[in-house]
Amino acid sequence: MTSNAAAVPIARTSGVLRHQQIAFLAMAGFFLLAPLVVYPMFLMKVMCFALFACAFNLLIGYVGLLSFGHAMFFGMASYTSAHAAKVWGLTPELAILFGTACACLLGVAAGLLAIRRQGIYFAMITLALAQMVYFFSLQAPFTGGEDGIQAVPRGKLFGLIDLNNVWAMYAFVFAIFIGGFLLIYRIVHSPFGQVLKAIRENESRAVSLGYDVDRYKLLAFVLSATLAGLAGGTKAIVFQLASLTDVHWTMSGEVVLMSLVGGLGTIFGPVVGAAVIMAMQNYLAHLGAWVTIVQGAIFVVCVLAFRRGIVGEIAHAIRKPL
Amino acid sequence: MEIFGVPTQALFGQLLIGLINGSFYALLSLGLAVIFGQLNIINFAHGAQYMMGAFCAYVLLNELAIGYWWSLLLAPLIVGATGVVIERLMLSRLYKLDHLYGLLLTFGLALVLQGLFRHEFGSAGLPYAMPEQLTGGRDLGFMFLPNYRAWVIVASLAVCLGTWYVIERTKLGSYLRAATENPALVQAFGVNVPRMITLTYGFGVALAALAGVMAAPIYQVSPTMGADLIIVVFAVVVIGGMGSILGAIVTGFGLGLIEGLTKVFYPEASNTVIFIIMAIVLLLRPAGLFGTQK
Amino acid sequence: MKRRWISMLAGAAFALGAGAAGAQISDGVIKIGVLNDMSGLYADLSGPGSVVAARLAVEDFGAARKGMKVEVVSADHQNKPDVGSSIARRWYDVDKVDVIVDVPTSSVALAINEITRQMGRAFLASGPATSDLTGKACSPNTIHWTYDTWMLANGTGSAIVRTGGDTWFFLTADYAFGHALERDTEAVVLKNGGRVLGKVRHPFPGTDFSSFLLQAQASKAKVIGLANAGGDTINSIKQAAEFGIVRGGQSLAGLLVFLTDVRALGLPTAQGLIFTETFYWDLNDQTRAFTKRFSEQAPRNIYPSMIHAGVYSAVLHYLKAIEAIKTDDGTKVIEQMKKMPTDDPLFGKGTVRADGRKIHPAYLVEVKKPAESKGPWDLHKIRATIPADQAFRPLAEGGCPLVK
Repeated sequence: MTSNAAAVPIARTSGVLRHQQIAFLAMAGFFLLAPLVVYPMFLMKVMCFALFACAFNLLIGYVGLLSFGHAMFFGMASYTSAHAAKVWGLTPELAILFGTACACLLGVAAGLLAIRRQGIYFAMITLALAQMVYFFSLQAPFTGGEDGIQAVPRGKLFGLIDLNNVWAMYAFVFAIFIGGFLLIYRIVHSPFGQVLKAIRENESRAVSLGYDVDRYKLLAFVLSATLAGLAGGTKAIVFQLASLTDVHWTMSGEVVLMSLVGGLGTIFGPVVGAAVIMAMQNYLAHLGAWVTIVQGAIFVVCVLAFRRGIVGEIAHAIRKPL
Repeated sequence: MEIFGVPTQALFGQLLIGLINGSFYALLSLGLAVIFGQLNIINFAHGAQYMMGAFCAYVLLNELAIGYWWSLLLAPLIVGATGVVIERLMLSRLYKLDHLYGLLLTFGLALVLQGLFRHEFGSAGLPYAMPEQLTGGRDLGFMFLPNYRAWVIVASLAVCLGTWYVIERTKLGSYLRAATENPALVQAFGVNVPRMITLTYGFGVALAALAGVMAAPIYQVSPTMGADLIIVVFAVVVIGGMGSILGAIVTGFGLGLIEGLTKVFYPEASNTVIFIIMAIVLLLRPAGLFGTQK
Repeated sequence: MKRRWISMLAGAAFALGAGAAGAQISDGVIKIGVLNDMSGLYADLSGPGSVVAARLAVEDFGAARKGMKVEVVSADHQNKPDVGSSIARRWYDVDKVDVIVDVPTSSVALAINEITRQMGRAFLASGPATSDLTGKACSPNTIHWTYDTWMLANGTGSAIVRTGGDTWFFLTADYAFGHALERDTEAVVLKNGGRVLGKVRHPFPGTDFSSFLLQAQASKAKVIGLANAGGDTINSIKQAAEFGIVRGGQSLAGLLVFLTDVRALGLPTAQGLIFTETFYWDLNDQTRAFTKRFSEQAPRNIYPSMIHAGVYSAVLHYLKAIEAIKTDDGTKVIEQMKKMPTDDPLFGKGTVRADGRKIHPAYLVEVKKPAESKGPWDLHKIRATIPADQAFRPLAEGGCPLVK
């Protein structure tokens, strides 16, 4: 899936970077100030899902691989972090780290199986693997099946700061989000990222240039899985709950939707997409099934007429990558 | 008598149930295979169209007093017509693009359809009366087989074989297969390829709806009935070979049997066995058991 | 890099400076939140009917006359713990809801139980079944109304075992409720000298029970215990009929069956089913009067299930408690509700125990034969009454930390 980033020059002039700096400051500023007016739990949810969508977008936007099973990393990390915090009593940062590590391992295992195929087959195999993880979660005793893992303690960050205080929790989630975002930015704008783009544009040429394409793709896949796990682990601590919804394939579909709406292959797209979709779900929650209908309609409209997504359109209009 | 420590009664009973499930897998994967073969699109909306077939039968019965036997004919036609509309209005615009966009579009459509029906009918299952001619059953010795479930096996076998015959052995089928390989050339011969594609999609959708009507009396009619089933059917299609008709039929029934067997010997794995097989097949024979590498 | 340090410092500053964002004092309105399954398999036995029941209770309490402002809001938790807990958090944090009522899915109820305890509000659990709510998960902010798995197991289970059904096979819904019901019923069966020949768990909600029913048939148990509810029970019973299970000599024990389920099944299929409930519309004049008012407003004019009755009774008692102590602080109101005996037209006189268990009599019920029924809702006949002090698990056996 080629994005329009190819049509826009990626020359490293200071003008290009400044645009992205401004956008970054605007985003950080929004998340710093918004909790004064908007329900902080909602914003924390947006940040977790934004990180999840950014991780997903790393794979589709910059490597060209559509994974339809990313929920397995998000959900598995959510379960393992919840278990670590509740049953082993780990402090939140250790619990989240543990969850992220589990997602990383799962990413290696899944990646080794999935990377060999491309396009539709890649999507199908990730979907199948995610279904296996779902059914495993359904039956494994530690996940609690339909009940999920409930009453996960927020705990004390580093053993000192009580995360039951909503502002402390918010600051922690904000730090994780910004950290993850900057990490993705760094990956994309590094030599490694350049090779990924080359592989997406013309894989056979990259092979002929001597790059071990499979290893690059696998590494990108594992990075994407790990960061999705970071989002999942954080979400489990914030909401003190890990449930089957996190590993269900509709969660994989949602993250695809967020990236599509925001703009595939753009840095800020997934964040905007996550905010839009979460806000929409919030507004229409009392209308029940309308949420699903509107989400589906947005999918259809985006695919037919709005493929660049919100940030993609903006980037196209100002002729600079975002 | 016991086989591997399991009484034969239990074994054959579960195998028969597996065969019944396999009938649905086969019918649905047949529709998907037909669509993928022609359009190169994964029709994520297939599960929703299966659900629409069941609801169509439900509404026909409760609003128009049209019974099961007529619904078997009418529901596929009605839902197939909606498929034709979808293809004309939306899918045809995506043929020039990456195939994954087709997947995303049909995924979105599935959400819309599911949401609309959930809004209208709620998400609890609605009852659909079994047709009188098929109530009751016969005692086979190792289990009691309800007549309706026997009918499901017979009917789906008939439809599957009929479709296979049309596509592989008739002139119409040969046009379809030729158009898959080289549409421009076939069009040059005077065959209206776009219309053929539209009708093919409509036919695939109609097959899904037919499966829905057959499912209505035994599984409750509910808006989510296709959602989790469709993932399994994807696995079936991938194992069989994405565009292969025979592959879809054989794999559908075969996997139903394997699932039934797993339920007897190792029930915890019965949900995942199909995906495990799919992962293995994709690694060893990426084109599927019966497919040809494109 | 610098940006990250600044954010962390800012966060630490917030954490040190900000006060607790805990429970709020009510702002002049008593807000009641009815949280249940509005469109899924439990929609008929709770759903919008519970909202009607809550409103009737507010009306009968006479809030307007007494100068108290009471509001009823509602939401759909879709039987998912994460959806339910999001709604509960938002209700408590943003919408200033004071009490959550109903919640018919045990896994969601356990989550709501926890959140309510953390935030010091009140939870009147009319809908869920798991006896853990007054056992190891008991809380000073929760009262478990209407029924629970222990009462069902004891009522239905012992009645069936004593009449000869001494070998059992369980078909269980795979979540908190199913597990609790299976566990409690198994204990009763074993205590009464019976045996459990096997168990199988089905996904929740399930659609096709054929392979599970086949296993139940193969076990040759005399009784197949259905540890599920709502649509799952209805489908299990229907499919059991399809496979000739009852004809083959085994009997089905519906461990949790509601009036609306029997109606959906129809008397020809459901006749003879034995189960336990704590409310039936046709018990006396008062219940009949309530039923008339309820069904006029309920969707499709359904008659009230015991869960609807429980919502009415709980809300009424809650409002009386607030009237007495003049505050709607959750913990204090629940404490007051335990001090005051209950009295309402639907359950009669009763009490609330220290572990949060509401006590009232239970009824062993049998579904009428089609010939015995004189109306579309004339479905149950009362076989026996279990007195209040025997219907529920003894206080000492629950393992509730609140009980010393």
